[in-house]
Amino acid sequence: MANLTPTTPSTTEILGDPIAPGRKAAGRALIWGATILLGLVILVQALGAAGQGPMHFDNWRPALYAYVLWAIAIGAAQVIIRGEAGQRALFILPAALFTIAVVIFPTFFGLYIAFTEWNLSSFEGRRFNGIDNLVELFHDSFYWKALGNMVFYVAMVLVEYAIAFGLALLLNADIRARKFFRVAFLIPFMLSPVAVSWMVGKSLMEVRFGPLAALAKELGWSQPNFFGSAWAASFSIEALDAWVSIPFIMILLLAGLQAMPKEVQEAARVDGATPWQSFWRITFPLMLPVSATAVILRIIFKLKLADIIINMTYGGPGGATDSVSSYIFRQYRDRSNVGYGTMLAMFYLVLIIIFITLLLNFVSKYMKKVT
Amino acid sequence: MTAVTPNTMAVDTGETAAERNKRILGRVGIYGALIFWAFVSLFPVYWTITTTLKTARDVTQGNIVPWVDFKPAWIGWRSLGLSPDTIDQVSTVRDEFLGRFLNSIIASCGASFLAVLIGSLAAYGLSRFQYKFLWMRNKDISFFFLSQLILPPVVLALPFLVLYKELALLDTRIGIILLYTLTVLPIVIWIMRDQFDTIPVELDEAAQVDGLSVWGVFFRIVLPIALPGMVAAFILSLILCWNEYFFAALLTGTNAKTLPVMVASQTGSQGISWWAMAALATSAIAPLVVIGIVLERYIIKGLTAGAGK
Repeated sequence: MANLTPTTPSTTEILGDPIAPGRKAAGRALIWGATILLGLVILVQALGAAGQGPMHFDNWRPALYAYVLWAIAIGAAQVIIRGEAGQRALFILPAALFTIAVVIFPTFFGLYIAFTEWNLSSFEGRRFNGIDNLVELFHDSFYWKALGNMVFYVAMVLVEYAIAFGLALLLNADIRARKFFRVAFLIPFMLSPVAVSWMVGKSLMEVRFGPLAALAKELGWSQPNFFGSAWAASFSIEALDAWVSIPFIMILLLAGLQAMPKEVQEAARVDGATPWQSFWRITFPLMLPVSATAVILRIIFKLKLADIIINMTYGGPGGATDSVSSYIFRQYRDRSNVGYGTMLAMFYLVLIIIFITLLLNFVSKYMKKVT
Repeated sequence: MTAVTPNTMAVDTGETAAERNKRILGRVGIYGALIFWAFVSLFPVYWTITTTLKTARDVTQGNIVPWVDFKPAWIGWRSLGLSPDTIDQVSTVRDEFLGRFLNSIIASCGASFLAVLIGSLAAYGLSRFQYKFLWMRNKDISFFFLSQLILPPVVLALPFLVLYKELALLDTRIGIILLYTLTVLPIVIWIMRDQFDTIPVELDEAAQVDGLSVWGVFFRIVLPIALPGMVAAFILSLILCWNEYFFAALLTGTNAKTLPVMVASQTGSQGISWWAMAALATSAIAPLVVIGIVLERYIIKGLTAGAGK
């Protein structure tokens, strides 16, 4: 971190703020001092945890404090050693050090856990077991089912997108009370998925007296049961999730529509194009970049889907509605299977990274071809 | 999805009867669709609020309109200890509810504040200066921050469980704040970088010539201009943190449990008391519904920042 160098170091010289050698030495000493302190605390704690060494802390809190102290020292040293360039580095350091501490370390730690046999409910502790978890993963039909469900959920983003596009067009039309409708359409986005599972899933869709069940009966579904069969349950979960997140896509598309030059559409209308034609030939192509952003963002959020499933069906019936996240949640909650659950999560992460990378590549190539 | 092009020049004098009919039909279609979706969006909220006032009989009969279909009572709020006749009595349920409510407020506000603070600083740096760390340039550093967005919570959940146990941060507010900060930080950086990019660099340069330091420029000149963007980022973070369930369910217990966990844990135990659940759900969504109505402008600003590119 110490050489987070702005590539325009000359500014300091221009501003006539030369750094004295003594000051530089002091800064370096600060860095070394802080680093040694951090190392010492970790060493003492590690020895203490192993039952040796001079001291024993109750937990690793001191290491956390030492890290914070180290981070502050690094920041101060940047300014001391490099003057204004250091002040610039100071903008990005807090976020960078924070992210490294809370993402990089847990991820590597997770990678280690993933290759261990570790059940919190058994008395044996952690035990390294090589690729056993990975082998088990490949034979876990529930996991593959959950992955298949994710394909369904992600594919349904296109339906959400179509509905959201329709709503954005409605809001962009020449209408009265636009603000009221915009706020009304936005409300579902504000609601917690847990509350929604209760409000809509458990209450409105209640088999005996929920208004939605009554409506379904009117429409000819003799015994509506929204979470009974595998297909109905999947679609119900998807409907709940769509209800919450369609406003998100809608707002992005609406912003795109409003940024679009009005003259283009006027010109098409004068040329005698029907609304249908002008939509497909002008509006839709012009909206492609915004659409791509909205859909990709939505897919990224969709891949984290868990709350509604955990609260509505807990994966049932028979794992038919499980998302990967909810399945891993169950692995942990019901079986305390930490090692295996982490392996499932890590494998999922790899799949996501591959999928998102491919998706981004595909979209950018497609965009180049179209525009 | 068709026929929604604004027909601004409708009062054309040369309009035939057929064209006029078509136009009116279009209008009816648009408003019909608008009202239909407004109903879809708002009915569940209405249903939840009215259910707090229903007795068991009214619930099982699926009554919908208060005063017409059923006689409203404070039944749901009484069970939470928040109805007019119980508000001044001692209520353990209310104490628990208020505790969870406070936890939610502290966790979501704390995390949003922290994320906006360090996120804005990083975004400003990335927008104005050229960094180089090892092989990483600005583009790579930005990507590093944004890529955290695709990290699913399950990947971090179990390592964090172990880590927090070792750090004695399990079931503490500060622990949940740190975790939430992490989840919203990429979004904040995305929004704020877009905000800072729209502020002309000449402004910074002029202020620097006037003798302000780098940080002086940021706090005295740029920050006031970027404030609406920061509010937008803050509110968006607030929504995401307030509604977060996954980490809260795994990492909090008796002390730091947040409202969504409380809502989720109510279901299933000895039959559902609908009115109580409805009251709890109503109070869980009420703050955000109010924010949504009052600060809708900022939410839209936050959502659309950066997405246009």
